[in-house]
Amino acid sequence: MADTGAIGAGASGTAIGTGVIDTVVDPANWSCPAPLRDHPVVVMGHGGGGALSAELTQHLFSPAYGNETLAALTDSAAVQLGGARLAFTTDSYVVRPLFFPGGSIGDLAVNGTVNDLAMSGARAAYLSTAFILEEGVRLDVVGRVAQAVGAAASAAGVRVATGDTKVVESGHGDGVYLNTSGIGLIPPGVDIRPQRATPGDVIIVSGPIGAHGVAVLSVREGLEFGSDVVSDTAPLGGLVAAMLAVTPDLHVLRDPTRGGLATSLCEIAAASGTGVVLTESAVPVPDSVTAACGFLGLDPLYVANEGRLVAFVPPEHADAVLAAMHDHPQGAGAAVIGTCVTEHPGMVVARTGLGGTRVVDLPLGEQLPRIC
Amino acid sequence: MKYVEEFNDPALARRLLDEIHATVTRPWAMMEVCGGQTHSIIRHGIDQLLPDEVELIHGPGCPVCVTPLEMIDKALAIASRPDVVFCSFGDMLRVPGTGRDLFRVKGEGGDVRVVYSPLDALTIARREPDKQVVFFGIGFETTAPANAMTVHEARRLGIGNFSLLVSHVRVPPAIDAIMRAPECRVQAFLAAGHVCSVMGTAEYPGLAERHRVPIVVTGFEPLDILEGVRRTVRQLERGEHRVENAYPRAVREAGNPAALRMIEEVFEVSDRAWRGIGVIPDSGWRLSDAFREYDAEYRFDVGDVRTEESCDCRSGEVLQGLIKPNECPAFGGTCTPRTPLGATMVSSEGACAAYYLYRRLEVTPVG
Repeated sequence: MADTGAIGAGASGTAIGTGVIDTVVDPANWSCPAPLRDHPVVVMGHGGGGALSAELTQHLFSPAYGNETLAALTDSAAVQLGGARLAFTTDSYVVRPLFFPGGSIGDLAVNGTVNDLAMSGARAAYLSTAFILEEGVRLDVVGRVAQAVGAAASAAGVRVATGDTKVVESGHGDGVYLNTSGIGLIPPGVDIRPQRATPGDVIIVSGPIGAHGVAVLSVREGLEFGSDVVSDTAPLGGLVAAMLAVTPDLHVLRDPTRGGLATSLCEIAAASGTGVVLTESAVPVPDSVTAACGFLGLDPLYVANEGRLVAFVPPEHADAVLAAMHDHPQGAGAAVIGTCVTEHPGMVVARTGLGGTRVVDLPLGEQLPRIC
Repeated sequence: MKYVEEFNDPALARRLLDEIHATVTRPWAMMEVCGGQTHSIIRHGIDQLLPDEVELIHGPGCPVCVTPLEMIDKALAIASRPDVVFCSFGDMLRVPGTGRDLFRVKGEGGDVRVVYSPLDALTIARREPDKQVVFFGIGFETTAPANAMTVHEARRLGIGNFSLLVSHVRVPPAIDAIMRAPECRVQAFLAAGHVCSVMGTAEYPGLAERHRVPIVVTGFEPLDILEGVRRTVRQLERGEHRVENAYPRAVREAGNPAALRMIEEVFEVSDRAWRGIGVIPDSGWRLSDAFREYDAEYRFDVGDVRTEESCDCRSGEVLQGLIKPNECPAFGGTCTPRTPLGATMVSSEGACAAYYLYRRLEVTPVG
């Protein structure tokens, strides 16, 4: 999913695929069901990847579209076409600024979509790109974004097969918006989706969290701060292939983008009805991310990542999968961070470093910086 | 990271906890004043690790929580004006006024911007001279110096299109009001470390003496809080009531003289309403007469906005430590972070939100 940063000055998006099909409503008589009625207009939180985003999908999009493919709670849809099982996904990228330490909107647009496919176990094959350009944006800027798209696609081993360009009037866009869609083949015997999380599963994160969100914030207008943090944006198809080589029976994969690791764990717990126990001290967080989050008043668990995944692995395969991850460049910092349990179904509970416990919840919308 | 990891060390925490367990002989109720401390206590599970005899009562020190509904409504009225750029710290945007919040105003086309410093709002005012730029100046003694500085700078630089919507509150009068309440159970205070880093500790010996309560200046990281509790328990067990500084790396007795001078120049002490509690005499600051022209309430004539609080919300009793959040009948039912009746459920530093977010497994609604 597209990163949108954690702060209100950024942009916003909502992913389909997190909904449950309700009854189809009569469009002529349509009114926003509770709790959307609290916000008769779109607010930034609807794109924050938290509870408001989920409600928008569940109460507005899913009833309007009403089909079973959408009902699966996945980053990419698994569809049957002819004899093939395909993963299919789309995502729009509205990040500001366009270029940030460690990457650009072009890298995100390729890696984000490649990674959404990888979370179904698929190796990305083809991408589309659609540019929405604002009148007046410099062509060399568009050129740099296109170069980044090309380089990222090459690195991820995926081809851009089709594309589109539209221009909106000055003041009606934010320089460059970018949408990518992607398809890839799901290997036989692979069935990765959040509903498959099972008590006993070992939860592994592929590396230190929070770098992408902090890197973007560090150069955002009005918030520039000195930081050596660079985005973790990277394609994860190779890492997933290495994990699947150990066993095709990975239960859940998710890339904790917008909303961060906490949001991914909450969504998986809710979708599967299992409890998740997170060992807070085991979650790898770079010192520089801890520092930046400390003074911004943000929680690293909720900060976006663009090159990390969280995996729910059956216990008998956990050691071998972890070892395979450590042997791959994208998984060198992988760590076991928790387990699935039968207690507190649907809920994530963190064991704090000091030995206490607390509930980890979905953020309502965007994380808000605190006053003091 | 320096000053974060060191103050989160499990082995050192264990030692402090052991000492607290060894010292305490009977029940004590102490109030942590600041919402940042409440957040840290609940987030790290510190209250679960303390002896049963030590009860932490969550105080009124969350600036978002105590800002009166009426002031939020004034902010909404000003932010809705087409000529206004309304700047605020992020966590004020979700606080419900009457019927809507600043997010909603933004969604409806209002120019509402999150800034990290009031000086950023001044920069916007300089860049956009055709707009009226208003900063929502709320908070305790911690945010007052920067807000005062911004008004000072606006005058010095001749930036006339900037104004401040002021709702500043002061901690010592609130402590006094809490101790004067007949049903008060508080026997000691963990004073708010960052407030004291600005103001120093001179305001507290009188309070400690008058109400015969220990007041221990306390920081925000887990070890800071445990050290504050340790010293408080020690005083209580010995029958002492002194002011102690358990946060010396940030707090000097004289405070921050430059910050104090800036507050003195720009603000004057005034009565102030606290959300859920009511008016506490001398408990706030407003712009002094000399800076009245920078006061957004006067500039935009919102003096006639009058609002009553929800009668179902018992946040006032929570803020005074009279009930725990889960003892409010609305807790977790009609009142959640999604549908907050009062500001203690909105801010991440609010006691009700902290209980709801982190403690749903153990606490169940009462009543």
